[in-house]
Amino acid sequence: MSQHQATPVGGKMMTPTVRILLFIFLVGLALIIWRFAVGLGPATGLSDGYPWGIWIAFDVVTGTALACGGYAIALLVYIFNKGKYHPLVRPALLTSALGYTVAAVGIIIDVGRPWFIWRIPISVGKWNLDSALLEVALCVMAYVMVLWIELSPAFLEKWKDSRHTGLANFSRGLSTFMDKALIWFIALGMLLPTMHQSSLGSVIMLAGPRLHPLWHTPWLPFLFLISCLGMGYAVVVMESTLSSRAFGRRREDKMLASLSGVISVVLFLYVAFRLGDLLVRGRGPLMAGEGMLSVMFWLEIALFLVPAIMLAGSRGRARIGTLFRAALMIILGGALYRFDAYLVAFNPGPGWSYFPSVPEILMTLGLVALEILVFILLVKSFPILSGTSPMAAGSKQGVNT
Amino acid sequence: MDRNRRSFLKGLACAGATVAASAVPAAASDRREAPADAVGMLYDATMCIGCKTCVVACHEANDLPPDNRGDALYDAPQSLNDRTKNIIKLYQGEGRRSYVKQQCMHCVDPACVGACMIGALQKREYGIVTWDSNRCIGCRYCQVACPYNIPKFEWDSTNPRIIKCEMCNHRLADGKEPACCEVCPREAVIFGKYTDLLAEAKNRLAANPDRYVDKIFGEFDGGGTQVIYLSHVPFEDLGLPQLGEEAVPKMNRTIQHGLYKGMIAPAALYVAMGAVMLRNRRAGGHDEGDES
Amino acid sequence: MDRVIDQPTSPISALEAKIGRRKFLKIITAAAASIGLSTSAAIQMVEAATQGLKPSVIWLHFQECTGCTESLLRTAHPDLAELILDLISLDYHETLAAAAGHQVEKSLRDAMELNKGKYVLIVEGSIPEKDGGIYCKVAGKTAIDSLNEVAAHAGAIIALGSCASFGGIPASGPNPTGATGAPMILKDKTVVTIPGCPANPYNLLGVVLQYVTLGTLPALDAKGRPMFAYGRTIHEDCPRRAHFDAGRFAEIFGGEGHRQGYCLYRLGCKGPATHANCSIQHFCEVDGAWPIGIGHPCVGCTEKELAFQVPIFTTVDIERPTPPDTYPPINAEHGGPSPVATAVGGAVVGAALGAAWRQSKKLDAEAPDSTGK
Repeated sequence: MSQHQATPVGGKMMTPTVRILLFIFLVGLALIIWRFAVGLGPATGLSDGYPWGIWIAFDVVTGTALACGGYAIALLVYIFNKGKYHPLVRPALLTSALGYTVAAVGIIIDVGRPWFIWRIPISVGKWNLDSALLEVALCVMAYVMVLWIELSPAFLEKWKDSRHTGLANFSRGLSTFMDKALIWFIALGMLLPTMHQSSLGSVIMLAGPRLHPLWHTPWLPFLFLISCLGMGYAVVVMESTLSSRAFGRRREDKMLASLSGVISVVLFLYVAFRLGDLLVRGRGPLMAGEGMLSVMFWLEIALFLVPAIMLAGSRGRARIGTLFRAALMIILGGALYRFDAYLVAFNPGPGWSYFPSVPEILMTLGLVALEILVFILLVKSFPILSGTSPMAAGSKQGVNT
Repeated sequence: MDRNRRSFLKGLACAGATVAASAVPAAASDRREAPADAVGMLYDATMCIGCKTCVVACHEANDLPPDNRGDALYDAPQSLNDRTKNIIKLYQGEGRRSYVKQQCMHCVDPACVGACMIGALQKREYGIVTWDSNRCIGCRYCQVACPYNIPKFEWDSTNPRIIKCEMCNHRLADGKEPACCEVCPREAVIFGKYTDLLAEAKNRLAANPDRYVDKIFGEFDGGGTQVIYLSHVPFEDLGLPQLGEEAVPKMNRTIQHGLYKGMIAPAALYVAMGAVMLRNRRAGGHDEGDES
Repeated sequence: MDRVIDQPTSPISALEAKIGRRKFLKIITAAAASIGLSTSAAIQMVEAATQGLKPSVIWLHFQECTGCTESLLRTAHPDLAELILDLISLDYHETLAAAAGHQVEKSLRDAMELNKGKYVLIVEGSIPEKDGGIYCKVAGKTAIDSLNEVAAHAGAIIALGSCASFGGIPASGPNPTGATGAPMILKDKTVVTIPGCPANPYNLLGVVLQYVTLGTLPALDAKGRPMFAYGRTIHEDCPRRAHFDAGRFAEIFGGEGHRQGYCLYRLGCKGPATHANCSIQHFCEVDGAWPIGIGHPCVGCTEKELAFQVPIFTTVDIERPTPPDTYPPINAEHGGPSPVATAVGGAVVGAALGAAWRQSKKLDAEAPDSTGK
């Protein structure tokens, strides 16, 4: 088997890690059911001043940005034709598919009247084309489907050899179709995130005077898009490294190192644009005089700039520890940027404050646990991860995650 | 430069050009005006005595339950909320005192309408901003968008609604005025045709310049509002935000339409990417081959 | 107080002898309180007054209905009136005097002569100015001349009732006689005005008591009204104020709100613009015997701009609005985050970051492309 052929990891399903994750998910699930029974008020820390909290800022906005690994890798592999990164595509797609699915679940839990959600893609005549959120909603709905379709070859590959002839035949037929058609789904899978990740910036732009001037700018869509690209690459580095450790696969340090050169450029671009835009519009003095918000601003810049510098030179890139820390910082920087734009720098007026309630936090944790849980189960069952295992295939000792 | 990179960048440039071309007409004057039959309210803070009859009348006219939750005393809400569409607040400071009435401003170009994905909030008859329970999914984007913090959400309900003043449009059909305007004993808040109210406000400013701050709030603020205010203390002290003259949703609209008008740019980008990928495939696999 | 009650002494006045010490002290206390005197001080003053020469009082009547005199006399118990008459020597009063005609006019001149510079002039009723003042003549003299003559040597001048204070009913449109109040005639003199229609007799008692015992007049406002009675508006001390603050109003007489005793502002109550103490000092010594108390809006009878000028059912501006603290402020507080949630959130984020950092350190220690096992 070639080193870059994807294979299922195999091994026991109900490991201790899986059990723990399942428990966290079930706690979250119980709370989600409770949330629907009592309403959003008792279940969350949300209020009329802060109608959006971590379910939007984290689950949706940050969560989907973290799920942009598939998008980022697809651009490299399919547009810039860097075939050497191909082994990173499937795991990135799985992370993305799960991330977006969980984000969609998060939305269903967050909105007050989810039984009308199905009307959004259908009631074309009622669409408000001025609304950036409409565009996000439609794109995300489409993108979730596209991601699973893009991932389908991984499932079809296994099902082709299934003992159930029905499933095997169906999979074989569909595979043939997908071989030809996949390219159009992949293109869609790059168009859609370009649209909605930038629109997530437009969404909060409507807050206008209530969003602090250090964050509010007509360039919000662009800044959200670039930072999401940076985050996507960083997630690929993290996910690849952690999966290798967890599932006993060899790491792809050189591949990740060369990937990081790309990341560095994206990060410098973000910092340059962010600072440049503020200076050009005369908002430079705000960088220092706004107390806590100035601190947050500089923290964001640092979390982008420091890894940009770390990854600029080939020496930094060569060390996996450095790479990992840089990726961590980028993810934090991107997450902080989104949290700031949607929560911290959003000011509804004096007298209002927000912090998620304990059930709100636990429900989010439950969804994150679900995501990791399904990732583990699918990676073990289907050919998603590449790289050889130092143990022979089928050995029971190889994997204990 | 690499052939594929070149072709991708070319495609990107084409897409960019189409965006720019379609954006130019969108940037032309986008300032919206109130409809010809627009109605509104004129609230004169110098005449308000804070009797709160309007708060009581609004509750009754809109079938809202009394609000005695939390730190409220009997039926005395501290702010607009899911049981209070209209409230009187008191400003005290620097030896001055003024009451202020808070309710939906029925903006000429509302942020909430620009926000709502599915048109649950829209300007309907007479320019009144109303909420449609058959469309709303409860996403609360309208709450994020409104610069006056008006739409309120029924947090404790399993079938939550958005609650806000709708200028008693259910009474207008019967030829009645909004309840608050009908009951005000000092005519501090009056109802009428928007153009008439603007003229009246200007008359009052001209006739009694010492009595008022020289501005009609809502004439241009945030693109204009159909509920306008006169006051003897600065409007910021009354909790009315300083918005400038541009409508709140205008920036969003310009960018959304500029980028997505007719879906030309996305389609162009899609075609460009598809073309690049096809060319890559035909060129027979990837450059830089397999590396370990 | 104990000293006076426990040690019976001979009655200090005929009134006390008649009604008993306890009742007597009750009246003294009420009257003293209205001008800010303690009961014991008031009793000492009454003692001093009844032992000394009682000040002479000349009471002139002009364009009036005699309502102010009647409100003084027609108290539920005659005690108040008797007290006043006990404290003073009422030397001229057209309604109460037993004598009439030339006899009573002689006693007027005698009293003026005897007490020159010391007597108290009480004026009841307005004074007509038109056509030389011929529309009110007593004993052949116009009211203007009478007033000027008696006021010339008066020690203190009190205008009792709205008519004497600023013109009252006779001065309401079209005012055919040119009626006006005493202060407008006696321009260079200090005139204590006690407006009201009728004036509250306790206000008169307070002024008289102070003058008789201390020899001074109480603090007056710009219109000559004693501040102890006219310093606040009806609205500020109204028992129905809670209804006003909660927005509960009577809409029509006999309606639901009216029967519930709600605020009468929307029926035209002039309370917010009317300075008087009717809301705390009721009439006829009957609790609740005042206009708002019986369900009729205040008509503003103590105010020149309101009384008999502004229609009874027209609403007024609020003077000196004094909102209670229960009004919501512009920026109300809306609660804050729970410390437990903050702790949990912090713990989760901290744990995740810590774990990630540890991972990165482990990676540092490993060879390239290894599996980490």
